[in-house]
Amino acid sequence: MTGQESAAGGSEHAAASVVFRDVTKRYRGAEADAVEHLSLDVPAGEICVLVGPSGCGKTTAMRMVNRTVEITSGDIEVGGTSVTERSPAQLRREIGYVIQQIGLFPHRTIAQNIATVPALIGWDRERTRARVRELLELISLPADVADRYPAQLSGGQQQRVGVARALAADPPVMLMDEPFGAIDPINRERLQNEFLRLQAEIRKTILFVTHDIDEAIKMGDRIAVLREGGRLAQFATPAELLMDPADDFVEDFVGADRALKRLALMRVSDIDLWEAPLAFAGQDTAEVRAKLAGAEVPWALLVDSDRRPIGWLSDRDLAAATVPHRPDSSPDPVLDRDDVLRDALSDLLQSQTHYAPVVDASGAAVGVLSLDVISDFLASDQAKVEEHPATARPHD
Amino acid sequence: MLATLTTLLAQVQIREAGSGATTCQGKNEAFCPSYVIDNIDDYVSPVLEHLVLVLASVLAGFLVAMVLAVLSHGRRWLIPVFIGTTGVLYTIPSIALFLLLLPITGRGTETAIIALSLYNLQIIYRNANSGLANIPRSALDSGTGMGMTKRQLLWKVELPLALPEIIAGVRIATVSTVAIATLAIFAGAGGLGEILYNEGVQRGVFKTNIVFGSLLAVSLAIAFDGLLILVQRFAAPWRRARAL
Amino acid sequence: MAEGEGPVSAVLAIPAFLGSFGGAIDFIFSQRESVQAGEPIGGLSQIWDLLATQMAVSILALVLATAIALPLGVWLGHRGVGEFAAVAIGNAGRAIPELALIALMVAFIGTGVLNVTIAVTILGIPPILTNAFVGMRQVDRGAVDAARGMGMTELEVIRRVELPLAVPTIMGGVRTASVNIIATSTIGSIAGVKTLGDLILGQATYGTEGVIAGAIVVALLALAFELILAAVQKTLTPRGLVLQRAAARVSA
Ligand SMILES: Nc1ncnc2c1ncn2[C@@H]1O[C@H](COP(=O)(O)OP(=O)(O)OP(=O)(O)O)[C@@H](O)[C@H]1O
Ligand SMILES: [Mg+2]
Repeated sequence: MTGQESAAGGSEHAAASVVFRDVTKRYRGAEADAVEHLSLDVPAGEICVLVGPSGCGKTTAMRMVNRTVEITSGDIEVGGTSVTERSPAQLRREIGYVIQQIGLFPHRTIAQNIATVPALIGWDRERTRARVRELLELISLPADVADRYPAQLSGGQQQRVGVARALAADPPVMLMDEPFGAIDPINRERLQNEFLRLQAEIRKTILFVTHDIDEAIKMGDRIAVLREGGRLAQFATPAELLMDPADDFVEDFVGADRALKRLALMRVSDIDLWEAPLAFAGQDTAEVRAKLAGAEVPWALLVDSDRRPIGWLSDRDLAAATVPHRPDSSPDPVLDRDDVLRDALSDLLQSQTHYAPVVDASGAAVGVLSLDVISDFLASDQAKVEEHPATARPHD
Repeated sequence: MLATLTTLLAQVQIREAGSGATTCQGKNEAFCPSYVIDNIDDYVSPVLEHLVLVLASVLAGFLVAMVLAVLSHGRRWLIPVFIGTTGVLYTIPSIALFLLLLPITGRGTETAIIALSLYNLQIIYRNANSGLANIPRSALDSGTGMGMTKRQLLWKVELPLALPEIIAGVRIATVSTVAIATLAIFAGAGGLGEILYNEGVQRGVFKTNIVFGSLLAVSLAIAFDGLLILVQRFAAPWRRARAL
Repeated sequence: MAEGEGPVSAVLAIPAFLGSFGGAIDFIFSQRESVQAGEPIGGLSQIWDLLATQMAVSILALVLATAIALPLGVWLGHRGVGEFAAVAIGNAGRAIPELALIALMVAFIGTGVLNVTIAVTILGIPPILTNAFVGMRQVDRGAVDAARGMGMTELEVIRRVELPLAVPTIMGGVRTASVNIIATSTIGSIAGVKTLGDLILGQATYGTEGVIAGAIVVALLALAFELILAAVQKTLTPRGLVLQRAAARVSA
């Protein structure tokens, strides 16, 4: 956990909030605003995703933060002070920037690339070298890539170096413009997960641009959906966005499968499970049958003395006087309370029973999940209250 | 435009020079249009010689360059060999090259054309080579996928797609050659160098001929350039929108 | 290598199949009677005089042309302005005959080392200017964007990112300029500067052997410049860039 201590530990570089106040940008000679009266409030330590169709002004909005695009009117505050109060170079050295095209310097080694900002602000050699080593570890690259050149790395590795370079001087704020855009879906998913794990350690304030709604839902603590002209269509948590699209535009953009997408944000533990009619080996079957009469689940679940599922009891199993040690059918699939609900649904659909026992961390059964439970849940209002972004949890 | 300008200036000069027998060229003024007009016949053969030098050497250079490009296209190891050899030839100043050929081909048009061709060879080969190398993989794959043989691929896909770059090379080569061919006078091959040097510098630094010779050379270069821009657009209609 | 019939000339002059070349090589190494009689001609000391003058003019012109064109082209390319002018100057440079430039200079400005150096410099400028511009523009926009976004000042962007990445293209321009400059300084002899052109254009005085000797030495001079500049380019080109290009070629 060295990364965590050094990166998150330094209080001088604690994350800073980013606030857009009625920001407008019109490029010279353009007929319309690229960004129009945009107001956003990104609390320190959160990932805010800017998402929207191509050309809607995401990059423009983001680049005004480090003044690589000048603001036409309005103001942006980073850490409570206006970005216009610092010189652009000064400001930019305090804000990490990962650009869409990666933009590694092909003529400099990986170590030199990562050390770009430390070199600009005059860190000494020892400190820089230590930081490079630490960052390579943080992005899970072997230390020996330090002396290689970008051309000698794969695309995904280069992308990670781009992130490390932006993190080098431990900036409180990071701007990331489609940082995983140029990568195949499999590596992309891996990098996303890796990055979320990293963010759990470093807790930066991050502005993250993407045009992929799935990525936005996965990465964002909050999502700003922009429409043409940089107008804010909705600013909400991923769950709110999926539950309650503000208008037809957002609903369209989020997609027809938003119900499924919501499931990706939740875990089995977020849902009210059915009570499992438990049975123990050697128990009187009459007792079990009585329990079944009042239960939603039509079968009893055989568990061991630690309440770990052994199998479902069939009618034939229950025809005997006592519950047998070996039931007819296995309990599979057995779900974990921490499983993502979408994956749980997928398991359910593949099983024959359409019921699955849910266990806690010790393996003890805590309830039963069924297709009915899920569809009831999606239909209920309670979903709104209980959803939390699954991705922000430490288990991922 | 040049012609009208010349005529216009001529009228002015004739009126001025009308009084004395010591004419404009007698005083060796900067430019004497009257002299040019009176002796216009003297300029015809240098211009024609120059045209022959340019056209023949560009054509020869082009043909050899294309053969080399096609040869090295399938055999990548030949590329550095050809680039190196043509590069060395390109480095040698033309005037030296003309005279190095002297013991082999003697003085005259032939020598000049050979030397100039070697320059064009380098320029056109380089462009043809990079044109062939930069063809998108997808175009090649779809060609192969449709069952084209190597030869068909070359003629139907690769050469047409490399054409704009090849013509760009021809354009650069032609314009350069118009300029360099003025030196052919030192190989005994005539051309515009005759006006500039023999009838200019050597004739008591006769300014009119130096100015007019320079104008002719530059106009010829511009004319060829314009012509080849048109060819470029015609040869690559799909790139017309972004022709430079 | 003494003057006259040294051992070197004995070895070099013999092969008959070299014909005029043999004579020319002999001319380089040994002094002889002028064709028109009078001053002795040929030999290493005369060749060296002519060569030294030409080298002085050429090196000075190359340095001047670089000093003028490189900063201008780099700045324009960095700012991305004046593309039309930069490209047009490059094209114009190719269209201007060196003979015409020298002749015009003789006619209107005068002869002498200074004038010739200026004329030669002028012909060196266009390729350097154009290539510097193009080289700077060709630098990966992503790298430049990232550099600026990380807080480099404009000068730092130029020095640390754009310039190193533009080295191959810029040096290409310098090499073309060198070819132009050697060619033009050769004919500088018609403007009263005794360069190797004096031999090449002086058949009446030096005979065919002298002319060819001049051509040989000029050719060697040009090749020497080319080799040196190629070596400079190789040293200045960052290793990472070489690797990148190699990678691009493999995947292409
Ligand atoms: N430098 C510029 N000058 C003029 N107009 C620009 C400039 N950059 C962007 N624009 C315009 O501003 C609008 C928003 O562009 P922007 O790059 O911010 O979109 P985006 O949402 O990032 O799009 P994408 O998803 O394609 O990256 C577009 O209409 C674009 O054409
Ligand atoms: Mg964008």
